[in-house]
Amino acid sequence: MTLAKHLGIAILAGLVLLALSSKLDSFRQYQLAQVAATVIAVAGLTVLIGISGQISIGHGAFMFVGGYSTALLVMHLNWPLALVIVASGVVAGVAGAIMGVAAARLRGPYLAGATLMLAVALPAVAFQWQGVFGGDQGLNFTVSTPGFLGANFQLTEWQAWVCCVCALIALVLLANLLRSRVGRNWRALRDNDTAAALAGLNVARLRVSAFIVSAACAGVAGSLLAVTMLNVTPGAFTLALSIQLLTAVVLGGLGSLAGAIWGGIILVLVPPFLTNFAASHGVSAGSASVPIVGYGLVLIVVMLVFPTGIQGGVRRLLGLARPTATGQASAIGRRWQLAWKPAGSNTAVGNAADNSAGSAAAGTQIAASEAATKDGVAEEGTR
Amino acid sequence: MQEFVELTLGGISDGMIYAAVGLSLVLIWRGTRVLNYAQGGMAMFTSYIAIVVIDAGGSYWLGFVIALASGLLLGAALERVVVRPTAGKPPLNAVIVTIGLLILIEGAAGIIYGSKNRSFPAAYSIVGAKVGNFALGPGSSPTAIFTAASVLAAAGLLALLFRFTPVGLRMRASAFSATVAQLMGVRVGRMTTLGWALAGLIGALAGMLVTPQTFLYPNSMDSIFVLGFTAAVIGGLDSPIGAIVGGLILGVLLNYVTGYVGSNLPELAGLAILVLVLMFRPSGLFASAATRQV
Repeated sequence: MTLAKHLGIAILAGLVLLALSSKLDSFRQYQLAQVAATVIAVAGLTVLIGISGQISIGHGAFMFVGGYSTALLVMHLNWPLALVIVASGVVAGVAGAIMGVAAARLRGPYLAGATLMLAVALPAVAFQWQGVFGGDQGLNFTVSTPGFLGANFQLTEWQAWVCCVCALIALVLLANLLRSRVGRNWRALRDNDTAAALAGLNVARLRVSAFIVSAACAGVAGSLLAVTMLNVTPGAFTLALSIQLLTAVVLGGLGSLAGAIWGGIILVLVPPFLTNFAASHGVSAGSASVPIVGYGLVLIVVMLVFPTGIQGGVRRLLGLARPTATGQASAIGRRWQLAWKPAGSNTAVGNAADNSAGSAAAGTQIAASEAATKDGVAEEGTR
Repeated sequence: MQEFVELTLGGISDGMIYAAVGLSLVLIWRGTRVLNYAQGGMAMFTSYIAIVVIDAGGSYWLGFVIALASGLLLGAALERVVVRPTAGKPPLNAVIVTIGLLILIEGAAGIIYGSKNRSFPAAYSIVGAKVGNFALGPGSSPTAIFTAASVLAAAGLLALLFRFTPVGLRMRASAFSATVAQLMGVRVGRMTTLGWALAGLIGALAGMLVTPQTFLYPNSMDSIFVLGFTAAVIGGLDSPIGAIVGGLILGVLLNYVTGYVGSNLPELAGLAILVLVLMFRPSGLFASAATRQV
């Protein structure tokens, strides 16, 4: 039933995008392709952070793996595009499995540190083995539009189609996964890993599987970005990309796939908008830095004022499922507090008591999480 | 043999800088359970302040002191204005806020000072010492010795502050148990601000010490920050001594890798060292024994 619902929404969205893509000029088609690719990566990361309760500051590394796999497969083996994209996802998933096994014992800041180092270290591979990966220049390749679309069909429109179809498939798969047993187990793990283990769940295997799913999504996203730009360079997969993915997850709304769509749109469309804005208002000297400043400000303000992100705001505006929205955010909060708090210390509690505003916020959070426990069947089951 | 000595000394000198960055992270982590991702950006900004003072005709040492003082102020101000409101919220909020700060500071530096690379003066000569015919390499230059000495001095002063002064006792009490400390009349909020201020100072010191090697541009501290973070994680985020030992291990091993294996590999080697250490000690080398549930 859920499968039918998700499929229905996806097919509807696909038709709208199909109608839309032919109306856009080629630059907008290029941007649409980028948004679709980014949404996949952000959705994968929101599964890892918001649903399974682990952090990664290094997801750009898995996009790097996906992008270079695509370039190498197209250049050397000349596989059909669909197969290349799937294979890139699989390769990135294997990389995620390796990282996940290493990371399964790590918590909070230690996991953050390991993934951060991964994002910094992996692009160095391209410089060390220049013969294979092309060094600083990266790799260039070509894809062509399939013959049945006719000779005059725009390449950018074809790229936008490919990216949008992949994004819709990925979102349907993820949405179903989150509604399935696996998704419930991840949430149980996030909310209380001791309880999850006592209930018979294999905690380590669940952690690794979340890493694999998330890395495979990032790999497909990297592959699609490569197909859109027709090249891959180490400069496209810097630490900045990883941090942008993380911020898109939070800005969109942690733990919600709809939020991932918002996050992807912001990530691609807002920086050029800010650059144009700065240029048209006479800030020319450091105009490249203006979007960076705006981006940093937005992050801080959103986090301090709207911690549930855009999707949280949308839900509140619509008055839809309010307890679920806040409840989910606070459930994530509790999981994070557990992970980051050292044994035998109550720093977090002490800081909350430090000022009255903080303790009031903590109070509402507890109330909200109790509401969530009452209405979330999955959470109830693990207690 | 000569190469080995050069690499070791150079590694110790680099490691001291990673240790300083790690130490500043540990200071904040112990007090507030926040990882300050903006630490590198703050150090970059204070180095810009120093170069402006030096270019305006001030001496190197005037720039040095002003950089450290502005690091102190910047740390305190950022804690009070943007980090304090995240207290008691999920830790991811603080992560995102400090990452936002990093982006903001780097963007602001780009707007104010431009994104061109600037050269930056070192404290003393960077020519290495010689024992007879045996060159010891840049790791034995007066600047390198000054680097090691100033980081060790800063760490020593911090240890004295924490151990032998009433303020240090209050800071330790707040980090150990904020609630109890508060009940005993400690102004925990002020201790947190002080911890950030001290971390800002140590970070600014690291910036002054490393920038002569890296040049100065808005992202100049990024890789230093990552390696300093790695050093702190290797050592165990709760342990100041761990940060220094972690920094030295990382600095020396990375220098061997760049010297003997390949110059493009330090980051990969850093990742390998980090993963290996964390496989056997998931909370770092110097972590106190902690129970974990699963």
